[in-house]
Amino acid sequence: MIMMEKVSETAAGTRKNTNRRIPFLVIASVLWIVFVVGVALLADQIAPYQYTALDLPNRLASPFHPQHLLGTDELGRDILSRLIVSVRISVLVALGATLISACFGTTMGFAAAHFRGRIEQFILMLADFQAAMPFLILSLSVLAFFGNALPLFIGLMGFYGWERYARISRGLAISASAQGYAGAVRQLGASPTRVYLRHILPNISSTLIVSMTLTFPEIILMESSLSFLGLGVQPPLTSLGNMVGYGREYMTRAPWIMFAPAVLIVTTTLAISLLGDWLRDRLDKGLQ
Amino acid sequence: MTENILELHGISRTYSTRQGLFGRKVPVHAVDEVSLSLQPGQTLALVGESGSGKSTTGRIALGLELPNSGHVLFRGAELPPAHTSAWRRMRTHMQMIYQDPLAVLDRRLSILDQVREPLDIHDIGSASERNNKALAMLDAVGLNANYASSLPHQLSGGQRQRAVLARALIMQPALLVCDEPVSALDVSIQAQVVNLLMDLQKDLRLSLLFISHDLKVVRQVSQRIAVMYLGRIVEYGETNLLLSNPTHPYTKALVSAVPVAGRRTRERIILKGEPPNPADRPTGCAFHPRCPVVRPECVSVSPTFSTLPDGRSVACHAVDAAQPTKEVGI
Repeated sequence: MIMMEKVSETAAGTRKNTNRRIPFLVIASVLWIVFVVGVALLADQIAPYQYTALDLPNRLASPFHPQHLLGTDELGRDILSRLIVSVRISVLVALGATLISACFGTTMGFAAAHFRGRIEQFILMLADFQAAMPFLILSLSVLAFFGNALPLFIGLMGFYGWERYARISRGLAISASAQGYAGAVRQLGASPTRVYLRHILPNISSTLIVSMTLTFPEIILMESSLSFLGLGVQPPLTSLGNMVGYGREYMTRAPWIMFAPAVLIVTTTLAISLLGDWLRDRLDKGLQ
Repeated sequence: MTENILELHGISRTYSTRQGLFGRKVPVHAVDEVSLSLQPGQTLALVGESGSGKSTTGRIALGLELPNSGHVLFRGAELPPAHTSAWRRMRTHMQMIYQDPLAVLDRRLSILDQVREPLDIHDIGSASERNNKALAMLDAVGLNANYASSLPHQLSGGQRQRAVLARALIMQPALLVCDEPVSALDVSIQAQVVNLLMDLQKDLRLSLLFISHDLKVVRQVSQRIAVMYLGRIVEYGETNLLLSNPTHPYTKALVSAVPVAGRRTRERIILKGEPPNPADRPTGCAFHPRCPVVRPECVSVSPTFSTLPDGRSVACHAVDAAQPTKEVGI
């Protein structure tokens, strides 16, 4: 008995040790994400200049200029200040859109799993439609007709990827109801609200969170593409994609205008993807 | 005779499946004209091979599924339609335990939370009472308080099944449907769980509908047995009579297939032919392609129930034919 306890203790000990060792890349990713979010939150406090402030004598100044660390653009606006404000807008758009997409998609998936029949077929048809339609074209047409206020833009981005959440949550909810814990809890007399919110949602949340870490960088890229095409965030507001888009005209003379936001897009999306990959391995430990 | 707690009257359940990609829809008779009754405090066993409709019958008895025809009476009243609030309230009177206890427990909630969940759902007692009641119930099924905060995957198979049992019994239901409750467990743990089930049945005056394919377990727990073949009951009667002297050729084959320790004392009947396919049901008596005593009328005429002198019901032409001589003999 004592030996058994010892064995299980050491087993638990080694397991904890392996669990505690977080890969360096993941730590770096978390730190980077925290840094980016911090910058987004404190944009007004840490930006050295107003992001629209012109400094005409120092137009197209190169990086490490005494007054402008990352240089200036064609109107003499400070790149660093613009970058900081851009991060705020891009994070706001991506975060808002990811949350909308996850909530909407999961609700649709649960509705499909709960009602079955025609409602399910209709929701699946919508999901197929969404998956088949190139999102860029969809958003181009919407933005062309309705103009683009920031809330509308976030709402539109919120439709990006909802079909994935809907499919995941529908499939997992159906399998849990058929012969799993959800069916058993329903058999105990639980209401659908209780079954879905207290049992199914916590159990599938790890999958949904991982899916969110996949959608988040995609939305940043989508926002960048739309802004690059001139249909996303409109001047005088600025975003990462918007900076890249307007910087391309000066690519040969002043590559730093484009370079700084591009690096930020790449590193941030990479960090979130790495974190999501690691989370997927960790959050499913209950399955083992 | 006391009133039956559960009565099934001629219930049938048909599913439609499509054969192949463009095939037409074929009805599958999972359960066909099954009638059963269960008295309070008694155990009725449903036995048969996979696909014989045992589990579907159990689910219909609980109102989890609606029969296409026939009706289910619980304490003399029809069951309310599934997933309505009246049906949800009925859950306090009838419960179910399952074959795979790990699948039906929520991986993320502690055992205590799951055992007290029925009380939370039906709003019985105050919060502290619920915890005490759940702990008492865990104790009654032989899980001490140390396990209360464990997660399901930290327990062994037998302990999980005990937890499922505690969750099902905490509302003190009158009827418990056990769908293969021990077939996923080791033999040594099977005995523990079966004994526990029988003790609890005595204490709580439970009525059990015990679905199993294991005749050894069934012999131990049940007073009556119904043998199912392809959705129909072929023999129905008292456990001891039915197992010691089976009359239907299918029951004979089942009983002879039970392994006995030590010397082999009797001949084994090994059934020939394909295992049954519910979508392609033979005409007449469904068992006739595999039956060792098949008669010409079995191919075309479906046998009806006849009652033997000892009170058993059997659906078999061969038994009907042998019946008069047997009666004369007695």
